[in-house]
Amino acid sequence: MPDSPVIVHGASEADHHEHPAYLRHHFESVEQQADAAGFAMWLFLVTEVMFFGGMFTAYLIYRNWYYPAFVAASHQLDVRWGTLNTLVLIISSFTMAMGVWCAETRRKKGLVLCLMLTMILGLGFLGIKSIEYSEKIEKHHVPGFHYSLQSFTDPQSDSAVYAEYHDKPLPLDMARHTEIYFSLYFALTGMHALHMIIGIAILGFMIFRAQAGAYTSGHVTFVENFGLYWHFVDVIWIYLFALLYLISRHQ
Amino acid sequence: MSEQNEKAKHDEHAHHIVSPKVYVVILIALLVGTALTVWASFIDLGFWNPIIALAIATAKATLVVLFFMGVKYSTKLTKLTVGAGIFTFLTLVSMTLADYISRAWGSW
Amino acid sequence: MSATIVSLPDQSTARIPKMNYLSKENGLLSWLLTGDHKRIAILYLISLSFFFFIGGALAGLIRLELLTPQADLMATDTYNKVFTMHGVIMIFFFLVPSVPATLGNFLIPLMIGAKDLALPKVNLLSWYLYIAGGTLAIYTMATGGVDTGWTFTTPLSTHYVNTNVLTTGLAVFIAGFSSIFTGLNFIVTIHKMRCPGMTWFRLPLFVWAHYAASILMVLATPVVAIAIVLVALERTLGIGVFDPTKGGDPLLFQHLFWFYSHPAVYIMILPGMGVISETISTFSRKRVFGYTAVAFSSVAIAVFGFFVWAHHMFIMGISNYAVLVFSLLTMLVAVPSAIKIFNWTFTLYKGSITFETPMLYTFGFMGLFTIGGLTGVFLGTSGTDIHLTETYFIVAHFHFVMVGGMLMAFLAGIHFWWPKMTGRMYPEKISQLAAVITFIGFNFTFFPQFILGTLGMPRRYASYPPEFQVLNVFSTAGATILGVGYLLPVLYLTWSLKYGAIAGNNPWQATGLEWQIQSPPLTENFTVTPIMDHEAYDYEWLENQNLAKEKSKEVTHAG
Repeated sequence: MPDSPVIVHGASEADHHEHPAYLRHHFESVEQQADAAGFAMWLFLVTEVMFFGGMFTAYLIYRNWYYPAFVAASHQLDVRWGTLNTLVLIISSFTMAMGVWCAETRRKKGLVLCLMLTMILGLGFLGIKSIEYSEKIEKHHVPGFHYSLQSFTDPQSDSAVYAEYHDKPLPLDMARHTEIYFSLYFALTGMHALHMIIGIAILGFMIFRAQAGAYTSGHVTFVENFGLYWHFVDVIWIYLFALLYLISRHQ
Repeated sequence: MSEQNEKAKHDEHAHHIVSPKVYVVILIALLVGTALTVWASFIDLGFWNPIIALAIATAKATLVVLFFMGVKYSTKLTKLTVGAGIFTFLTLVSMTLADYISRAWGSW
Repeated sequence: MSATIVSLPDQSTARIPKMNYLSKENGLLSWLLTGDHKRIAILYLISLSFFFFIGGALAGLIRLELLTPQADLMATDTYNKVFTMHGVIMIFFFLVPSVPATLGNFLIPLMIGAKDLALPKVNLLSWYLYIAGGTLAIYTMATGGVDTGWTFTTPLSTHYVNTNVLTTGLAVFIAGFSSIFTGLNFIVTIHKMRCPGMTWFRLPLFVWAHYAASILMVLATPVVAIAIVLVALERTLGIGVFDPTKGGDPLLFQHLFWFYSHPAVYIMILPGMGVISETISTFSRKRVFGYTAVAFSSVAIAVFGFFVWAHHMFIMGISNYAVLVFSLLTMLVAVPSAIKIFNWTFTLYKGSITFETPMLYTFGFMGLFTIGGLTGVFLGTSGTDIHLTETYFIVAHFHFVMVGGMLMAFLAGIHFWWPKMTGRMYPEKISQLAAVITFIGFNFTFFPQFILGTLGMPRRYASYPPEFQVLNVFSTAGATILGVGYLLPVLYLTWSLKYGAIAGNNPWQATGLEWQIQSPPLTENFTVTPIMDHEAYDYEWLENQNLAKEKSKEVTHAG
């Protein structure tokens, strides 16, 4: 349109009407603001995928290299605790999804209840995780802190695990590589737990705000985006459970 | 009250609200999936154990992403973003692993 | 020199608009707590310049040491620290954020007709993260520095050095998140904040280039973040992931590191390419030739950038087959880069070219980037790479791309948009002189290094055999000239803030949306939401605009 006379002509001012207080000045509409925030959250989650991705790559490589060590080391994890934690986290994901639904349909009491349940389940997950961690600490399976190879060079000394798996002793050279398994175990689950802790802190803040009715008056972006974060943490755990606990139970 | 309903309707128009029924169904599917994968891990299937475990994990993760995270009802842009993340992650894993696997082949 | 196109308003009556983003609020706090993308861009510009001159001073020390074959100016481990800090500061605190965080921040909302970036608070947060990371880097330098090289190569960084690897790693980690947030913000903004009528293929190519670079920032940066976390754990706890004595593989670190750091060179160069697209069109008075091809070549560079990282590891013991594949894939990147260079050249063809300062820098960019890019093909070819890698050929190659390419583009952009950012012009003759000095100094500094590299002078040593001295003296002399070339803009640009001629809205007669509003812009950028009704780089449209304006003036005079 080369003969257009106006350079920068404005949109009509006619559609100027009252904006809700939560609409930031640089957005045209509530939809645009919510869209932008949601998209930003998705992009952030993609960076998280790559952040964990580096560790998943390392895990897959070393599992291929030191297969016997990784099998023996993974037998130190208790599938029962892992299963319980998976259930806890999946249910917390469900309560979070219900929380988002409550916010969207403006049910304040329901929202507060769902957020609280999510928080309790999240704390439960961390509690179970700490039981598992303390077991590793007792057995000196924490890399870098007087790491002990006894369970792998002499499996019969570790009677509970031996009763279940009847592992053969590993040669010293291979047994040493169990330390890499536990390094990655702690790096992966530790980073995951850190995300849980951050999530629980934000949940606390949200419960406080939800009681004041902040999310049940139409502005649900924050709850929705936090929901995405919480579900993402759940997805990471689903893979951690499979990779760390389940895939190496048989030789 | 009617005004509130109208507003809620307006929000619904802006984006899809998934009904709690769907969430319950997905929750049950996830719980069943967990039970299934734990059960499968107790059976010695040799080569297939890791594949089954990862397949079930992927199915569960897909359910969470599609329904709990609402990707099924979202825009193409969101789907593309998720796809880009998965694609880049697979690039990192596969091309790094390719180096490690082919190192064992020795020289030409 | 052909007729200039600069059109300044009548200086006797012209004024800087009273209401603008600089004058809206005063006081330090109004800057430190601002959400305005333009003010954050200025904050970035000031802090970036600071880090650039620290990095530059370190470069000066390196060149001074290499004046003589013996290590006489400083001890050899001091030399190691100096080149490491030069690399860390220049790459993570200057090159990666340079164009995106300053010009990109300032211009993307203006170019797409938005009031601000989508997430102003995140934008400010990313500046604070940058400052936090930078402060840590300075702290590291003050407390003994680090000597691993900017690549933190394991197991050197995890086991063998006793310098500040941890604080440097943390600095880079934090700066990485600053870069992630900038990229994330740009992608959301470009998707969601375009004004009505601003379709994807009406976007200026500057925006396309930033979009491509942002994809890389978001997808690649987290991988280096986790690699650094693992290095820190390895160093403090000895977890064994990168420790060969425990069965770990140091090469895994390199995979993770280069998965980011190779795309990072595209994070650095793509925004610079965006600047070049704008200047070359404006000073040729022509639409960029093959707009669509140039736009997609940015995205192609970003995508291909993910498949080539292991060409940094050809001699490090990766498999022969991987070398073959990565070498072939590396050649692919040359294609979109060449598309850009050819299309810019075609844009010049039959254009009305003028030689203002930004255009001089642009020509510098095109020549030097082409040399840098072509030598990259030598290095991507695994056979020649084995001979050339770890020599000064590498140093010359990436300085041609980064300093000859990126820094020239940065200076082109700063000169091009300076009147928009400040409302004032700089003295044209001195700035042209500075551009020429930079070009000459650059070639004197880095061209001899290609020869030194092919002769076999290894990089990262404080001493060298005496027969290399002549070329090294050339290089150091050139660095001195280059230093003058960089100091001059600081002086005359600062001078112009107060004494420069009033620039008016559109001194270059450029077509971008940002040139159609007042300089410096209002805090809210546009008083009403603009509607885009023409393609990018439509000079006919601009002429009609000017004609219409003159007519309306005549009408008012007659009335």
